Amino acid sequence: MNVSSDLTRLFQQPLTWLFLTLVLFKACQLLQRRWPDVVWLNPTALTIALLIGLLKLTGVEYQTYFSGARWLHELLGPATVALAIPLHANLNKLRKAWLPLSLTLLTGSLVAVLSGLSLGWLLGLPDSILLALAPRSVTTPIAMGLVETAGGSAALAAAFVLFTGLLGSMLVVPLLRRLGFEHPVVLGYATGLAAHGLGTARVYALSGLAGAFAALSMGLNGAFTAIWLPLGLHWLGLN
Amino acid sequence: MLETFIVLLGFQWLGELIKQVLNWPVPGPVLGMLLLFAYLVWRKQPPDYLQREVPKLLFYLSLFFVPAGVGLIDQLQLLRDNWWQLLIVLLGATLMTLVFTASLLNLLWTRQRIQGLPEKRRERFK
Repeated sequence: MNVSSDLTRLFQQPLTWLFLTLVLFKACQLLQRRWPDVVWLNPTALTIALLIGLLKLTGVEYQTYFSGARWLHELLGPATVALAIPLHANLNKLRKAWLPLSLTLLTGSLVAVLSGLSLGWLLGLPDSILLALAPRSVTTPIAMGLVETAGGSAALAAAFVLFTGLLGSMLVVPLLRRLGFEHPVVLGYATGLAAHGLGTARVYALSGLAGAFAALSMGLNGAFTAIWLPLGLHWLGLN
Repeated sequence: MLETFIVLLGFQWLGELIKQVLNWPVPGPVLGMLLLFAYLVWRKQPPDYLQREVPKLLFYLSLFFVPAGVGLIDQLQLLRDNWWQLLIVLLGATLMTLVFTASLLNLLWTRQRIQGLPEKRRERFK
């Protein structure tokens, strides 16, 4: 019996990779629960990094990995649809202050996209990267869907969304405190719009009110960006 | 569980259908989300099974984008070639978005009192 060839055959099995994805994610979740204040201990980011390392190590193709893990990938669609329920649950908060909140949403959504695109364009980044950068403030399933539909790389979009969320959740409290914007509604709404779910999780830990407004602006910005960005990208000639 | 998936996949399917008919480049699941949201606003209260089961599904939302995220393995060279530009873009754009939205909301806030929400501005964070 040749142990190493048995192992190789095992790593060629798609089921192995589905199983590893679940186990590694669970392990990363437990690590995060143990040390909740360590920002980079993000289960998604860490699981992706570990799996990429394992694929490199074993020399297994991404196609082999994906034919096992596509099970989970297929759940992204219904889960995106399900985001309508938390958005609806936050509707009452919107009713109380619809004018300032919707003005901030309309302009903030544009700033979130155009700030990334213009900086990237100034630094000479190629179109394929600019396309994936555009929806980086929006929650991952929506951003990935938008970039994929526009003919870009969903994986690259997911990476930029993740980095934006990590940066946002690290920066938001010291930044807004320095500027004197410490009202939980202002802090929460800005964080959810700029840094989606990761930012929302960060401010939830500070104040429930801030967390609820972050969840609200995350949902609204995702929905609003999904409506205008495809037309905007077309207009900018990026798709 | 079954009702939940019938509703979610039904709205996703409806989203895909509308996307194809209108030839609009919005992802089908996003259109499905907007349609389900509109339906909930009209219905006023989500059905019990959705309220009970959707949080369980969304608890694992971040797991569901791991498979696509691992696709980054084919983009590593692109990231390596542009790493410092990307660092500046992501840092700068995130700062700009945060400062812009917080300043605007703060400004509009002082113009219009938001009723029914706590007024005290001195609530400090730990």
